[in-house]
Amino acid sequence: MSDLTDLTLTEAADGLARGDFSSLDLTEAFLAAMEARRDLNAFITETPDIARDRARASDARRAEGATRGRLDGLPYAAKDLYCTEAVPTTAGSHILDGFVPTYESTVTANLRDAGMVMLGKANLDEFAMGSSNVTSHHGPVRNPWGPRNGKDLVPGGSSGGSAAAVAARLAPAAIGTDTGGSIRQPAAFCGIVGLKPTYGRCSRWGIVAFASSLDQAGPMTRTVADAALLLGGMASHDPRDSTSVPVPVPDYIAALAGGARGLRVGIPGDYAVDGMPSEIKALWEAGAGWLGEAGAEIVDVALPHTRYALPTYYIIAPAEASSNLARYDGVRFGLRVPGDSLETMYENTRGAGFGAEVRRRVLIGTYALSSGYYDAYYLKAQRVRARIAEDFRRAFETVDLLLTPTAPSAAFAIGDKEDDPIAMYLNDVFTVPTSLAGLPGISVPAGLSGDGLPLGLHLIGKPFDESTLLRAAGVLERTADFRASASV
Amino acid sequence: MSLDKDTVREIARLARLRVPEEDLDGLAGELSRILDWVEQLDEVDTDGIDPMSSVAEVTLPARDDAVNDGADPERVLANAPDRVDDYYAVPKVVEQ
Repeated sequence: MSDLTDLTLTEAADGLARGDFSSLDLTEAFLAAMEARRDLNAFITETPDIARDRARASDARRAEGATRGRLDGLPYAAKDLYCTEAVPTTAGSHILDGFVPTYESTVTANLRDAGMVMLGKANLDEFAMGSSNVTSHHGPVRNPWGPRNGKDLVPGGSSGGSAAAVAARLAPAAIGTDTGGSIRQPAAFCGIVGLKPTYGRCSRWGIVAFASSLDQAGPMTRTVADAALLLGGMASHDPRDSTSVPVPVPDYIAALAGGARGLRVGIPGDYAVDGMPSEIKALWEAGAGWLGEAGAEIVDVALPHTRYALPTYYIIAPAEASSNLARYDGVRFGLRVPGDSLETMYENTRGAGFGAEVRRRVLIGTYALSSGYYDAYYLKAQRVRARIAEDFRRAFETVDLLLTPTAPSAAFAIGDKEDDPIAMYLNDVFTVPTSLAGLPGISVPAGLSGDGLPLGLHLIGKPFDESTLLRAAGVLERTADFRASASV
Repeated sequence: MSLDKDTVREIARLARLRVPEEDLDGLAGELSRILDWVEQLDEVDTDGIDPMSSVAEVTLPARDDAVNDGADPERVLANAPDRVDDYYAVPKVVEQ
């Protein structure tokens, strides 16, 4: 039954509804695929016992006519940043060694309650800090599109394990988190769909915090329809997250009907950064052409502060991270490295527990928040952030959506850019502005690079208008007709 | 902004993060390059612009002032490296 792993989430839901196969059949097929591709290192923890239990329970519900809806019985992978009850949660860090949450994040609880089957916890950059999944304490993830020229490729990051698992057919869908591009960039690198919803659409409760004003959960899938299906199960208002916004969750599947006719799509020329590779630029122009042919009106828009988004992000995100990560002190959970005083225990634990990228960001954040530098760095960055958000607000007075590339390149080799933090940060040049403004964005696989690697197009929507975003993403998906898949 | 080795050592102390002496020079260079790159923000006119701390335009909701969780020391202490009865046991904080 290995062909079950070729099904999209939507096709699998249809198959379960028709009784073509059971949730247990489906689950076993993916568990076998996971085992066969452990070389990808996409998972930190596999949870086959939980998966089989939930699959059997789903099949029993279905037999009794008590199924909980479209998601009931569908397997998925969770980024190991979501706390899961009784399942180790590492955040890709050494400092959370031995941590087994006694509670379930709201998003994974929503999916569990909808009947979904968790296959395992996917690998990620340490504390979601990275764009290539190489900062994980549990080792890098290999992109299933690789190797190329004898070198393994990165899957992107930080949700690299989630993206690789979906691309390699180890899971029909996965959930990731996105702070500056961590869903969309790996989706582009692995040739899948990745959606970062509006900040506040999905609860952050129980997700290990990186930068709290930016973090957001979202679906990573093979198709736009699958993203719509999974987002509907993830999103909810949650009183336990005060930034979770109390607005109704629409029917995203219904939103997919209809084309691009009547939509106004903005092309922000300010995204045409110096040195943009010609194949990225060509794909961007092709995408605008496809939406135009489908009836959308294509207009130029200005987002003049775009070039300041990355440096703004690299103050705000590390500042918030240094505060959030202050809790990892060896006292209450996780790693403890003893010292001859409380102070040295803190220092030893954090020195041994954090990897190089996390250390770098904690130090930058601590510096930016320190007395004498707070105004010059942190408040300045927050003020520039306001101007970036204002750019988008103005643009959305005249357009419904914006179209940009997702990332400035295709997947690169593991080890590249590691000695140059700023070169690595530039991966997120097209996704970070959206994050700073809290807007929803989706990456859709739209073409191949000269080396035959996937490239993504990125649509940005108005706050809480994931419906229009998904509708237009569906048009891009149909027109691009992206059929290439990783060599599995 | 160029950070020297002593400044990095002091930031690391503020962050309660042990950095081996041999890593300080390298970090000083990396952090200085990142801060130099960030300083392009000075080009942006932000006079009269309020700092933006959140995009969520919601006023913090207040819930009823009633106990809704707790009295579950086993779950709370399940991950404690060390405990005595229902308390976390930590290294001595107060000098004798």
